[in-house]
Amino acid sequence: MNISFNWIDELAGLDGELKSPRVLADRLTMIAAAVEKVETVGAGLDEIVAAKVLEVGPHPNADRLSICKIDRGDGLVLDVVCGAPVIVKGGLYPHIAPGGTLPGGFSIESRKIRGELSHGMLCSEVELELGRDKSGIMQLSDEINPGVSVANVLGFPDTRLTLDLNPNRVDLACHIGVAREVGHSNEIQERVFDGPTWSPKWKDGDSRAKGAGVTICVEMPDRCSRYMAAVVRGVRVGPSPPWLTGRLMAAGSRSINNVVDATNYILLERNQPLHAFDLTSLRRSQVSIRAARDGEKLTTLDGEERKLMGSATVIADSDRAVALAGVMGGLDTEVTTDTVDVLIECAAFDPKGVRETARVAGLSTDASYRFERGIDQYAQERALIRCVELVLAVAGGEADLEGVRVGIEPTPTEDLPLRIQRVNQVLGLELEDTDVDRALTPIGLATVHPDSTSPDLLSVDGTMRIQVPGWRTDITREIDLVEEVARRIGFEEFPEKERRFRPSVVPNDPTVEKAARVRRVLVSRGLFEARSLPFMPEEYRGNRQIVAVPNPLSEAESYLRASMVPVLLRRLEHNFARGNRDVRLFEIGTVFCDQQLSSTNETDIEGARVVESQRVGIVLTGGRYPEHWSQDLVDVDVWDVKGLAEEITEQLCGARLLAVHENDMSELDSLGTSWLDWPRFRAVKSGKTIGVAGRVVSSSVDAPPWAASVFGLEFELEAVEKRLPTSYYETSQYPAVQRDLSVTLPVEVEASSVEKALHDVTSDLLESVRLFDVYEGDELGKGRRALGWAFRFRASDRTLTDQDVESEMLRLSDALEEQFDARIRKS
Amino acid sequence: MTLSGASLLDQLSAVEESGFDAIQKARNPDMLEVARVHYLGRNGQLADAMALIADVPSNARREVGQRANAVKKGLTAALEQQAKSFTGNASEGVTVRDSTLPARTRWVGGVHPVTRVIDEICDIFADLGFSRVQGPEIESLWYNFSALNIPLDHPAADTMDTFYLDDEFVLRTHTSPMQARVMENHQPPVRVMVPGLAYRRDSFDPSHAPAFEQIEGLAVDEGVDFIEFRSAIRHFVHQFFGKSTESRFRPSFYPFTEPSAEVDVSCTVCGGSGCSTCKRTGWVTIMGSGMVDPAVFEAVGYDPERYTGYAFGMGPARIAMVRHGIPDMRLLYEGDMAFLEQFS
Repeated sequence: MNISFNWIDELAGLDGELKSPRVLADRLTMIAAAVEKVETVGAGLDEIVAAKVLEVGPHPNADRLSICKIDRGDGLVLDVVCGAPVIVKGGLYPHIAPGGTLPGGFSIESRKIRGELSHGMLCSEVELELGRDKSGIMQLSDEINPGVSVANVLGFPDTRLTLDLNPNRVDLACHIGVAREVGHSNEIQERVFDGPTWSPKWKDGDSRAKGAGVTICVEMPDRCSRYMAAVVRGVRVGPSPPWLTGRLMAAGSRSINNVVDATNYILLERNQPLHAFDLTSLRRSQVSIRAARDGEKLTTLDGEERKLMGSATVIADSDRAVALAGVMGGLDTEVTTDTVDVLIECAAFDPKGVRETARVAGLSTDASYRFERGIDQYAQERALIRCVELVLAVAGGEADLEGVRVGIEPTPTEDLPLRIQRVNQVLGLELEDTDVDRALTPIGLATVHPDSTSPDLLSVDGTMRIQVPGWRTDITREIDLVEEVARRIGFEEFPEKERRFRPSVVPNDPTVEKAARVRRVLVSRGLFEARSLPFMPEEYRGNRQIVAVPNPLSEAESYLRASMVPVLLRRLEHNFARGNRDVRLFEIGTVFCDQQLSSTNETDIEGARVVESQRVGIVLTGGRYPEHWSQDLVDVDVWDVKGLAEEITEQLCGARLLAVHENDMSELDSLGTSWLDWPRFRAVKSGKTIGVAGRVVSSSVDAPPWAASVFGLEFELEAVEKRLPTSYYETSQYPAVQRDLSVTLPVEVEASSVEKALHDVTSDLLESVRLFDVYEGDELGKGRRALGWAFRFRASDRTLTDQDVESEMLRLSDALEEQFDARIRKS
Repeated sequence: MTLSGASLLDQLSAVEESGFDAIQKARNPDMLEVARVHYLGRNGQLADAMALIADVPSNARREVGQRANAVKKGLTAALEQQAKSFTGNASEGVTVRDSTLPARTRWVGGVHPVTRVIDEICDIFADLGFSRVQGPEIESLWYNFSALNIPLDHPAADTMDTFYLDDEFVLRTHTSPMQARVMENHQPPVRVMVPGLAYRRDSFDPSHAPAFEQIEGLAVDEGVDFIEFRSAIRHFVHQFFGKSTESRFRPSFYPFTEPSAEVDVSCTVCGGSGCSTCKRTGWVTIMGSGMVDPAVFEAVGYDPERYTGYAFGMGPARIAMVRHGIPDMRLLYEGDMAFLEQFS
């Protein structure tokens, strides 16, 4: 919303420091609506004067140019070359003489244009930095004299404030609304128009009325509670007087002609949208407010033909739609320079109806903005009278003595009760009724005096009654009034005090600590946390039911993420594209799918079950360590990934990591792990799979030739356990004894089963078992391999003897020979 | 004073013996270098012994001198021999001489800058008695809109901005639905922080993302008033942005709070003098907030006459952008290692 500082000053009678636009802007920001921009309008126009065009002649060397003889009011006649398509003989235009400077800093000199000397130039709005209309030279009203300062007559310089209105404060979309916030509602000084006044004789009807030679019929009272009209005959449509043009420009609006400008002025002054029709083009002088017909067409003022539907509301004459109700007028009934008689509409359209009409037409206008948010239901009559008076003042003509009013006059709003104790409860202040009254009265929220005989009495039993004015459609409850009190006091004026508080009864969500645990571990292992958009393309669907995003922003984002790794692989590709070979990313986020490793939240979307759960995804590729000149580059391999997976599974989740055999693929596929290649691992907790890890299948990543193998891990955050304190155990003070054992075994015997067998037979003297070597060679025999195991023995109460250790070793090797086809290798 | 040749010869033998021992025990170039300095260095044991030769009677000097040279030669040879045993690791032989060579490093990881902002914010409010909870991202119309006093025909519920999954469920457009969920399940005092993702149909551009982090805060109890609300937020601003950061509350509108306020902080980039981060205003908006609207209390079954409270919402991504001077929101979601490494 653009606001003219001069206009506010005229209405509110600003005094003190508010006379400064900057201070006013700050005040408005702190009490009403944020001021986003403060800009000067019409500065640097000192050298621009009104010049009268005496003659317009062709330019001998250019068809598109003309030569104007102009009078600057100093008795001299100057030639000016002009490129505008239309220059009216006898019209007045802004002129800058040679030696002058335009607001943009451009200096004007006498110079020849296509061989003809031009003494300065006639200026457009753009050249004067007054507006965006560069279609032609800015024509001034005929009523001003040549030679006067253009800035003076336009009322410049002025300052334009751009307000960012809160959606509930549509009342601030006009100058009176803003003036109330900084002045006093009862002391608003409306501009006096130099023209006749209009006190009509009203012709009323609930849904239909005739008067001033026109018939008004409201067919849809639910979409239009009130429709008023006036007729002015014999207007002279032309440029507005400069004060009006200047006002509109300062408020960011474009001057069109005096009649249209008058309706716009009233809109910007008091928030009531009005529309002027060319009366002659309204067939049978009939106006009805009705639903559009499906497929009905209407060309609006902006020249667009709009195809309508029945949910839109139109203004129609006897034959056709002539305007979109509350949105925009039609081109056929537009007021032009040929117009002589006008009908001025002033109505209260329903917010929902206007929203629908605007939606159908695909339009949003100054009028629809206000109607959609709710305008003052009591303001139409005053706005119409004022608009008629302004038309008479700026365009002449004669107003019909009859005015037409259709619809039922709204009943006055009820007063709202306001308890002082409630105000203080919410705000924490110790206000009294006088404080509340002082805060609210200036913006028109008047205290209803309970006893007319004692004007000082403001409340009864601590309750005030507040009369809410029609323009405050947002105030319907006591709490709305409490907000007004706080706002009027100013949020920054509240004292700061420490308050005691009671801590929350709501327990922390355990997921938070789980996520923090995961982050700590992964960051310490050199991984970076990524955050991706949680969407994915259909190709990652697999055979699962996944959640489609309706009207997705792109194909790649047409489904909600159903697993983490595929989305992280796109982040990996981003890094590959930047030439980054070493990538270690993890992400904790939500996945959505019909099947989950575990479930946290379930919904039914269109009959399909959707389970939402939090997962951790990891992708790893590239060097195991940063490169160093002392050693060869070693890439992350499956054993690194198995180690990380084991750490997560065993230490964080208290679960077990199992190698997945090639003949066992069924379960994992249903979990959305189509990215998982061999070798792969599965984390199992209480018989359920809670995570997977392994190499990423090469078709899942678009990897450059220089990339290393890619690995992925994904597991349920839910499976992570809270970290519990562990119990201390005494460590032995006696030395350990180390022994190695090399065994050859058939290759089918898995290391894990050997290790298990060793653990099963051992006594508590065996402290640890470690595989230190795997060897396959012809001398071992076909289908055999050697596994080298290192054992560490220790007793808690003595130093072990050779005999102790030897008998342990014997037990271990016997067990292996017994359980497997094992042969002990002698070293 | 004079020194007998024999005692100096004994001393040299001792140096020789312990020197050989140290050299042989050296298991890496560093240990070897320590041994070299100790025995063969300019102020080493051998040099000390040789300095004493001058004090030996002249007739014995020759023998002692020869012995000293032999010890030096022997130790030097042993040193070279031992150094050669390390050359399987050629490079380590070099480190001994040139310690300006680059060090060996390890991968370091890091949490995302937005996570850090979320954690810091939640920690500050934890001091004010707030616990931390999370909620579902697929949310019903009731929790996402109606319970928060947002009519379904309100612009905020418009299909333009909301991802509707069907007639009943949406991807939550804010973290505020958890206000209602928490209050339905607990009686006051309720103080919670709710970080999480929210979804809006915004195109992905420098200042918008279709899914973005939000943090909701809610405090409800008897006697919670606007003064407490403002003091709590100011405490947060000072803790998070620093004592010298100014803040201001200005009127705003949210259907689920009243009075509603937006909170601005003085721009931490320019200090309030105006820059592109603050759009030349000197202020950056960090949260929407207000006193909980009684209609929300009614929706969750709290007595609005008895309980009052405040609620606020922040965008940690935007705060991270302001804090680190990140010009484009999309950088946060690219997973670019070079970006993430800056915050490790």
